[in-house]
Amino acid sequence: MTSSRATRTDTESQGAGSRSSAHLLSIADLDREEIEELLRLTDTFVEVGRRPIPKVPALRGRTVVMLFFEDSTRTRLSFETAAKRLSADTMSFSVSSSSLNKGESVRDTIETIEAMGIDAVVVRHKSSGVPAQIARWTSASVINAGDGWHQHPTQALLDAYTARSHLGSLEGRRIAIVGDIKHSRVARSNIEIFTSLGAQVTLVAPRTLLPSSTNSWPVDVTQDLDSVLPTVDICYLLRMQQERMTEALVPSLREYTASYGLTSARADRMAESAIIMHPGPMNRGVEIASEVADRPSAVITEQVANGVAVRSAVLFALLSAARQSSNSSPDQLISHEELISPEEPASQAESLVPEETAHVRNSQ
Amino acid sequence: MNSHPDTVIKGGRIIDASGEHSADVVISEGHIVAVGPNLDAKRVIDAAGCIVSPGLVDLHAHLRQPGKEETETIASGARAAALGGYTAVLAMPNTTPAIDCAAVVREVLDLGRESVCDVHTSGAITVGRSGEQLAPMAEMAALGVRIFTDDGTGVQDDRLMRRAMEYASGLGVTLAQHCEVNSLSEGTCMHEGEWSARLGLPGQPSESEELMVMRDIALARMTGAKIHFQPMSTSGSAALIAAAKAKGMTITAEAAPHHFTLTDACCENYDATFKVHPPLRTQADVDAIKAALAVGSLDAIATDHAPHAAEDKELPFDQAPPGMLGLEYALALAFTELVDGGAMTEAEVLGAMSSKPAAIAGMQNHGQILVPGVSANLCVIDPTHRWRIDATGGASLSRNVPYVGREVRGKVRHTFLFGESVVHDGEVQR
Repeated sequence: MTSSRATRTDTESQGAGSRSSAHLLSIADLDREEIEELLRLTDTFVEVGRRPIPKVPALRGRTVVMLFFEDSTRTRLSFETAAKRLSADTMSFSVSSSSLNKGESVRDTIETIEAMGIDAVVVRHKSSGVPAQIARWTSASVINAGDGWHQHPTQALLDAYTARSHLGSLEGRRIAIVGDIKHSRVARSNIEIFTSLGAQVTLVAPRTLLPSSTNSWPVDVTQDLDSVLPTVDICYLLRMQQERMTEALVPSLREYTASYGLTSARADRMAESAIIMHPGPMNRGVEIASEVADRPSAVITEQVANGVAVRSAVLFALLSAARQSSNSSPDQLISHEELISPEEPASQAESLVPEETAHVRNSQ
Repeated sequence: MNSHPDTVIKGGRIIDASGEHSADVVISEGHIVAVGPNLDAKRVIDAAGCIVSPGLVDLHAHLRQPGKEETETIASGARAAALGGYTAVLAMPNTTPAIDCAAVVREVLDLGRESVCDVHTSGAITVGRSGEQLAPMAEMAALGVRIFTDDGTGVQDDRLMRRAMEYASGLGVTLAQHCEVNSLSEGTCMHEGEWSARLGLPGQPSESEELMVMRDIALARMTGAKIHFQPMSTSGSAALIAAAKAKGMTITAEAAPHHFTLTDACCENYDATFKVHPPLRTQADVDAIKAALAVGSLDAIATDHAPHAAEDKELPFDQAPPGMLGLEYALALAFTELVDGGAMTEAEVLGAMSSKPAAIAGMQNHGQILVPGVSANLCVIDPTHRWRIDATGGASLSRNVPYVGREVRGKVRHTFLFGESVVHDGEVQR
């Protein structure tokens, strides 16, 4: 134990934005080109997902662990499906069924799991920073599936993907993010990805639901949803949690809805081409009127659907990178599409097809 | 006992509250017996190029005994103190059980007597430090306790704090306050600002500290009690202390090395080694703390040495316990950040680390001017020695060092405790 701790990987040495990074901890770790690459790769996996048997052998023999310290059935299933579509083996580890309840530390847990031989670990934790800590303690790729109020990078990627599929480039697009920014990892990662892709982001929330300081954030801030709505291409709504009432952050859900809820009347004032997004699960009647949630301009179920393809892209990019020599670039890695696509329907029993005989196919 | 004196410290530059001068210092039977040129004794300590200072005095050490002996004991904490040049430390009462009655005070003092440092203890203001009922201050004062604090937490209730001040002033003792209004800081784990916003960590505003500073200044004015403010971390707190002193109040206050060395940006990688209460603040606060030490509105440098087990510091940042080691690093950090940074002279730093804290805590045998007749509590410092702080944690049983890799100036060569050589050539002697 001691010696492994002495030689532990340290994220600091890899540096934010490093192209050789084998982790996805934060959108801030990615530059614009890396984001674009992941979104292009997502296209490929969206196409894979449409096949009769949506499965490729790319990560055969690799093991991906779902390490969920906080319950999230939706995100866990999305990652599991993504891993299975790449033919990876998956293990799932949730806090209620683990020895964490017996006092085992996060570090001991990750070192125990790593000893079983794993390639990637998908981490969800209610405390900000736990994926970064775990990345210091393991040589496996760490994928942040949501940590505290900090980051949820695959959510941001799937949101950017979904937004682009409707609007094309996000360059110069206006995006309002509405609601509980302060406690939202979705907001923090989405602000980064949207602005990185050239969009102008406006945060709409009462002061109590904003971080104490947004001075260094590349955003505008307002309390006036009505003035913002007609100008935006995307209205991104955040989930309003009941517990915020007890913390004296807003007087009542009713008052919140009156000021910040996307009611039918407000949605009517949005541009024809504008879309409505929400990370789910929705509180119908609170941050979004039930009728609005069901409009064609609300792309919420599409976001969920794209989640699997985005997570496949992330797993593929990180684990392919880990397999390559450390000096190969993501461009090279992503071009390895022979790993992805058994072209002929006859070879859809894909696990039988050796990787080297699979066809190269460009789906873009 | 030989009539020939024990030890002479030769060739050093004495810095004490009377000023600076070069002289040899002769120690015998626990006291300084001569100070002057060309003195001799059986044992000669070469102090050429070194500073000879009254032993340092720490107003704020968490020695963890009783209750958390795996992270520090009075013996190990005293060794760390001696290596850091300290001849006296004031133990904080947030042990298990809390130091809130005569029995625990006695235990701590007994353990301290066997150690390589003069261990004094504070006593809790309230029973169990729970902020509800006054602790038996008189029975603790009778055992020599001069400082009372609920450190680790501030006394939240205004009326109880008023009563504590009134009661304490009748005993002639000082109340020390960890300033933090819980209703503004509950559930937080770092300074509230740009970094907490970016990291998604709940932050505590500077105002949670400053509101309690304001209240206690008001209550001290009302009651006439002697009050000491434990680590002041914000520019606002420093200004409040300065303003109260300018109005003639006799309050005192301390600053911790980490608050003039580190900022909240250190929390960037979620390493809980950098988690501490009060939290690391902004660069503007760091600058204000330095300036306040320089003008003396903050009187003393106190370590807030707070050992924690590695596994506890590896908890998620928001769950890890606050605190960091300090006893072996404080002097070098002060020389590096404050003297080399141009804010203070070496003499001012040493005053803030010896004579001033000794006066605040009523430790009459420490921080004295080095003249014949006084207790031989002193240290010899090589001010030119540059060294790099490592991750071992030194003599502490814990390793939560936030300064790993930092190059600093100034190393304690020798420490004498009532004439005994407890540190010789940087090695603790027992």
